[in-house]
Amino acid sequence: MTAKPLITLKGVNKYYGDYHALRDIDLTINEGEFFSLLGPSGCGKTTLLRTIAGFEEVSSGVLMISDTDMSGVPANQRPTNMVFQSYAIFPHLSVAENVGFGLRKSAMSKAEKATAVEDALQMVGLAGYGARAAHALSGGQRQRVALARALILKPKVLLLDEPLSALDRKMREQMQVELIKLQRDVGITFILVTHDQEEALVMSDRIAVMFEGEIGQLGDPEDLYRRPNSKRVADFIGLMNFLPARVADDVSEEVAAKPAKPLGLIDRLKQPFAPVSGPKALPEYKLGVEVQVPGLGRAIVPTSQVPKGLRQAECIVGIRPETLSLLFAGEKTDKQTVDATIDEVVYYGDMTYYDVRIEGIAEPIRLAMKNLIGRPVLEVGVTTKVIWDERSLVVLAPE
Amino acid sequence: MKLRVYAIAYLIFLYAPIVLLPLFAFNDGTVIAFPLQGFSTQWFSELATTTALHTAVKNSLIIASLTAIFSTILGVCAARAGAMAHFPGKRGILGFVMLPLVLPEIIVAVSLLIVLRQILGLDLSNWSIIAAHVLICTPFSIAILNGAFQNIDPSLEEAALDLGESRWSAFRLVILPLVTPGIISSLLISFTISLDEFIIAFFLTGSNPTMPVYIWGLLRFPASIPVVMALGTILVALSILLLTLAEIARRRGLARTGTKDTGGFL
Ligand SMILES: Nc1ncnc2c1ncn2[C@@H]1O[C@H](COP(=O)(O)OP(=O)(O)O)[C@@H](O)[C@H]1O
Ligand SMILES: [Mg+2]
Repeated sequence: MTAKPLITLKGVNKYYGDYHALRDIDLTINEGEFFSLLGPSGCGKTTLLRTIAGFEEVSSGVLMISDTDMSGVPANQRPTNMVFQSYAIFPHLSVAENVGFGLRKSAMSKAEKATAVEDALQMVGLAGYGARAAHALSGGQRQRVALARALILKPKVLLLDEPLSALDRKMREQMQVELIKLQRDVGITFILVTHDQEEALVMSDRIAVMFEGEIGQLGDPEDLYRRPNSKRVADFIGLMNFLPARVADDVSEEVAAKPAKPLGLIDRLKQPFAPVSGPKALPEYKLGVEVQVPGLGRAIVPTSQVPKGLRQAECIVGIRPETLSLLFAGEKTDKQTVDATIDEVVYYGDMTYYDVRIEGIAEPIRLAMKNLIGRPVLEVGVTTKVIWDERSLVVLAPE
Repeated sequence: MKLRVYAIAYLIFLYAPIVLLPLFAFNDGTVIAFPLQGFSTQWFSELATTTALHTAVKNSLIIASLTAIFSTILGVCAARAGAMAHFPGKRGILGFVMLPLVLPEIIVAVSLLIVLRQILGLDLSNWSIIAAHVLICTPFSIAILNGAFQNIDPSLEEAALDLGESRWSAFRLVILPLVTPGIISSLLISFTISLDEFIIAFFLTGSNPTMPVYIWGLLRFPASIPVVMALGTILVALSILLLTLAEIARRRGLARTGTKDTGGFL
């Protein structure tokens, strides 16, 4: 499927009096996409969503939906519908009247409307609930009603403002899955506002991470998780260890070619005859940038993953806990290792988090180990080795 | 235990005078004194035949109805602005709007009299009383309607807009039904306040007295005191009825929106 732009924001700014709530937002959201606006509370997610919905006018810049400039188009004429954070269910109406509210002006007959309402309720798993009083519903049900009420109008875009934040954990996880399925079924563009990074990673095709009114990074969940472009993004999404480090220079280094495994006698006999000294293997080169991480050692990081122009300078290196591991007794590795002492153990059942001290690094480093069969849970004070892989390093510009 | 005695004493202090009203209204005697003389409805029949009283009652009903309507409309506007709009100086302005609630009526009455007669040079009429009653009833309306509007989630109106309705129909279809109990409550309470208001009506009354002013006039004739008692009985019954209706309307509103009860008038 080729991405077709549906919503385009160009240089959008929003001021509340002197307060600069949205700063130069440039963003394109595609048709049929599940898009998330992620960021800490107060960063302007809701403001951006309300701007798209038409409840706030942009102070400057252009907002286009389906190639139409939306300036001066009021909320009730935009092809968007919203699921409010409070759900905004009309308390004096029944479930069916709530869901059918948007059809009041449509040319459908009464019977057609009733069918549409029932279909919408069916879609959100509330078939047969039409006659209930809206104010007597549970949180999860209210949310479904809000969804049905918005989707019945078949908008081009469904806007969801923290729709799951009021639900308990179990319900929330269930609704995440249901929302993803619903979005696939209806094929409507969803824009989800959330401050929960896990929710955004689970649900979205693409995510814009916002900080203080601007977009910090835009990308798919894997981009954001594996290649955050700044410390604040890395810090906001998942757990990450930050180590002070230094970017040296571009290098192109000859890697000692691995000696070929000596063949066994039978295999040697099967080989066609060849002179004993065959053609020599070509040397392998490793291209990249040298990064010196005190405590760990030296690493060569692909050039594309080092911020441009950052050479011979201080930097921060990020390492996700699950990319590090402990070397347990009896296990071997050919990767780089470093001596460490266990400082803290947090047991989670399926995982154990260890905080380890490594000489040369001021703060303890966190790492996560799966509790595989036969693997002991190590105790505080034990000295061991930490295995690290230079491919997992994320090089970030200093703040 | 002590508290209960205190509460009962207070209730007697509060309601004994009112209980006396029907007692003497049905008493077969012109003198207001115990022992009671026997049961009679003659004072009520006398009420029915006093035409001057009928005009006064009609006057009062007109004034009270119009006052109720005007002060409720003003109350709706103020409460809505208070709950949903944001503008500089909002708190101060809303505070001033509520001021007449604690302003002594005699001051309102005197100053209005001066403004109307001396400064504007208008003749006194029912309209001058209505204006003054709206002034003193509006804060009550605002207080009642504030409660109604503040219970409403501001995103409800936006949700209606979002679903394609115009601003006015969003208000009519969503906000209005939710505040209707508050509106009824406000209408009934300002009606009641206006109906038995005396001081302002006494100062500003034109050629036709209102009912309280007429009753005050009757008091000069000892013989008509039982008639006043009968009228008083009817008024008390009416007031209780209206206030009860207002409270029922308020509670029904709460039940309808599923919100929690946070006090009220009754
Ligand atoms: N109507 C408003 N008037 C003034 N400031 C506002 C208004 N709405 C939001 N803000 C401010 O804009 C900032 C962003 O708010 P919001 O978009 O609601 O954040 P988020 O949804 O990311 O938590 C906040 O600091 C908030 O105080
Ligand atoms: Mg928000």
